[in-house]
Amino acid sequence: MKILTFKKGVHPPQNKYLTQNMAIEYLLPEGDLVFPMSQHVGTPCEPIVKKGDKVLLGQRIGEPKDAVSVPIHSSVSGIVKDVIPYLVPGGNKVLSVIIENDKQYEKCEGLAPRKDYHNLSKQELTSIIRDAGVVGMGGATFPTHIKLTPPADEKIDSIIVNGAECEPYITSDYRVMLEETDRVVQGLKIVLYMFPNAKGYIGIEDNKKKAIEAMRNAVKNEPNIEVKVLKTKYPQGGEKQLIYAITGRKVPEGAIPAKIGCIVQNVETMVAIERSVLRGRPLMRRIVTVTGGAIQNPKVFNVRLGTSFRELINAAGGFKEEPVKIISGGPMMGIAISSIDVPVVKSTSSIVCMTAKEAALPEENVCIRCGKCVNACPMNLVPTEMNRAVVKGDYERFEKLHGMDCIECGCCSYVCPSKRYLVQSFRTAKKIIMDNRRNRGEHNV
Amino acid sequence: MSETTLVVSSSPHIRSRESIQSIMGNVLIALAPATFAAIYFFKLQAFLIILVSVLSAVVSEALWQKLTGQRVTVNDLSAVVTGVLLAFNLPSSVPLWIPVVGSAFAIIIVKQFFGGMGQNFMNPALAARAFLLASWPSIMTNWAADGVTAATTSATSSATVDAASSATVLGILKSGGGNLPALWDLFIGNVGGCIGETSALALLIGGAYLVYKKVITINIPASYIGTVFLLTWILGRDGTLFTGKPVYEIFAGGLMLGAIFMATDYSSSPITPLGQIIMGVGCGIMTTVIRIYGGYPEGVSYSILFMNLFVPLIDKFTIPEAFGGKKK
Repeated sequence: MKILTFKKGVHPPQNKYLTQNMAIEYLLPEGDLVFPMSQHVGTPCEPIVKKGDKVLLGQRIGEPKDAVSVPIHSSVSGIVKDVIPYLVPGGNKVLSVIIENDKQYEKCEGLAPRKDYHNLSKQELTSIIRDAGVVGMGGATFPTHIKLTPPADEKIDSIIVNGAECEPYITSDYRVMLEETDRVVQGLKIVLYMFPNAKGYIGIEDNKKKAIEAMRNAVKNEPNIEVKVLKTKYPQGGEKQLIYAITGRKVPEGAIPAKIGCIVQNVETMVAIERSVLRGRPLMRRIVTVTGGAIQNPKVFNVRLGTSFRELINAAGGFKEEPVKIISGGPMMGIAISSIDVPVVKSTSSIVCMTAKEAALPEENVCIRCGKCVNACPMNLVPTEMNRAVVKGDYERFEKLHGMDCIECGCCSYVCPSKRYLVQSFRTAKKIIMDNRRNRGEHNV
Repeated sequence: MSETTLVVSSSPHIRSRESIQSIMGNVLIALAPATFAAIYFFKLQAFLIILVSVLSAVVSEALWQKLTGQRVTVNDLSAVVTGVLLAFNLPSSVPLWIPVVGSAFAIIIVKQFFGGMGQNFMNPALAARAFLLASWPSIMTNWAADGVTAATTSATSSATVDAASSATVLGILKSGGGNLPALWDLFIGNVGGCIGETSALALLIGGAYLVYKKVITINIPASYIGTVFLLTWILGRDGTLFTGKPVYEIFAGGLMLGAIFMATDYSSSPITPLGQIIMGVGCGIMTTVIRIYGGYPEGVSYSILFMNLFVPLIDKFTIPEAFGGKKK
């Protein structure tokens, strides 16, 4: 059996043992639920409920303002307590609908399951998925319906399900592949129905043997779907790296995967598609791994969107040790949060509570030019030179060094023996360059 | 829990365990076989030279940093590495003030004057050796053969003459006179030369360790040694093509030490794989030219120093294309 991969990358300690054998636990929220109006890439939604309104489970509470964004739904029934700016995992305050849960879970109309989707057109399926508020659940939260409507001239021949889950600690996708195997396959079949000329691939890292086995079993009788075994290496789940590993194709600079015939969707996104199409359910839940050395009983939860991080942490037994850093997402690309009173949003794949021993807070040293970052960068960049350009404020050189191609995976900072804040400086530089382009009135930025 | 204590910073939130110190520690481990070989073949004198060289390198760095109000960074072990490498580049007959002067020059003039760690544009140990060679040429070319038993020690082959002045393998290859030692003696280091350069075996073991530990890549050593092998074989010593003795050439002189430990110095070698190969090939061409056509029997040090000067240029022109390439 051939194990597929990409060039370069790193091997951080996985620490998945904390939760990999824990079945997904269903967790109902106790307190109020918070629904930020911006949970996807694109224009924020507009709240369409006001203080005092009664809302039902599955009811649309945020209306998208343009074609790229998707609606937001309530995951419980109850009363709108307020519509105010609220702290989100990203660290900023976002206009949010606060709902007091009446614990009746009274469904709104139109959540009826569908027996079959073969009578629906591609357009109808796309709008069902959009109306269900489905976005990329791997963390990027790119609206799924946009990915499913590539430019007409792009011939899609590969639908890739991303089951790599290369971030350390997280086991959400792993558990989904084990426990909701058929739903993942069903979701993929729906997408393949939309792209009749495409073949389906499910890419899984070889440290998830059981998931590979379960998926292989589930697609035994699907001649058009193949499970591909990937090398356990970070960032194997990076879109460009995954496409290269499975198809051998490279996404050109600045292009989208559809350009080379590929669409990549996360495992849980597939389940969200299945739920929206076959069960008429909007996106109201997600799987969250609550883990890290500071957590008493690390667990994987199936929670309603809007549930507070605090509730999840308490449900995992609280802290056994004072956490120094709490991360929304994985330790390589996740966001450190300042408070646990933030809601689970569509991108929350995990909450990693790290002890002082686990969290690296190193002092920056001078570059010794060892070149380890060059040998780690999966985008074939030269991080040390890029960092020098940023430190000098020479953004022109940063762009010349292909800095805008940086996928911010963090491999360079991870390997750096001088503990330099490489990717961190690239993030700043990319943002400044984008802002400058915008200020100059350039489009397509 | 007091939530105000949560640290917020930009990802990644985990870092590898590797540090400057652990890398330099690995370089020292890699230098250990050659150190043992040096002491085995050149006895107490080699031990003393290495000890004095290391001590003065560390003291120079600490003193300089103290005097200039910088943080003292001798704990990173880089000065120790420089000290060992400088000692390796000295003949065993040198008086002990030579490594003191050499180490101080390497650390203060070559390394610290140009900005310290990661900033020196030349290999400190090699620049110091060039300085010593230019200042005290007779001391620096007195190839004593204390303890060395192979036939290179003198023309009359009196094997154990104490501190006898002897011809090196490269000297013999260059002049065409004298008897070459057995290849095995050359390979294990039972020949005259600088204390750390003679044992190709010990140096290769160290090099393998460095590659295994990913301290260096194989790019520079392989392209450097490969180029010398090919060119000396093709060009030959007496003007006739394909008459060279490439196996002798690569094990003789300072090539192994230079290719594995000197040309791979982080701050004075290119950062990209292509750049590293250019560096290695460039060093190989220079070394061969100096050995065959130059005035000196050996050219490793000057070749590396020469190529050091091109590193910024090489780096500038070898930035690779990003993964995926240009938009089509």
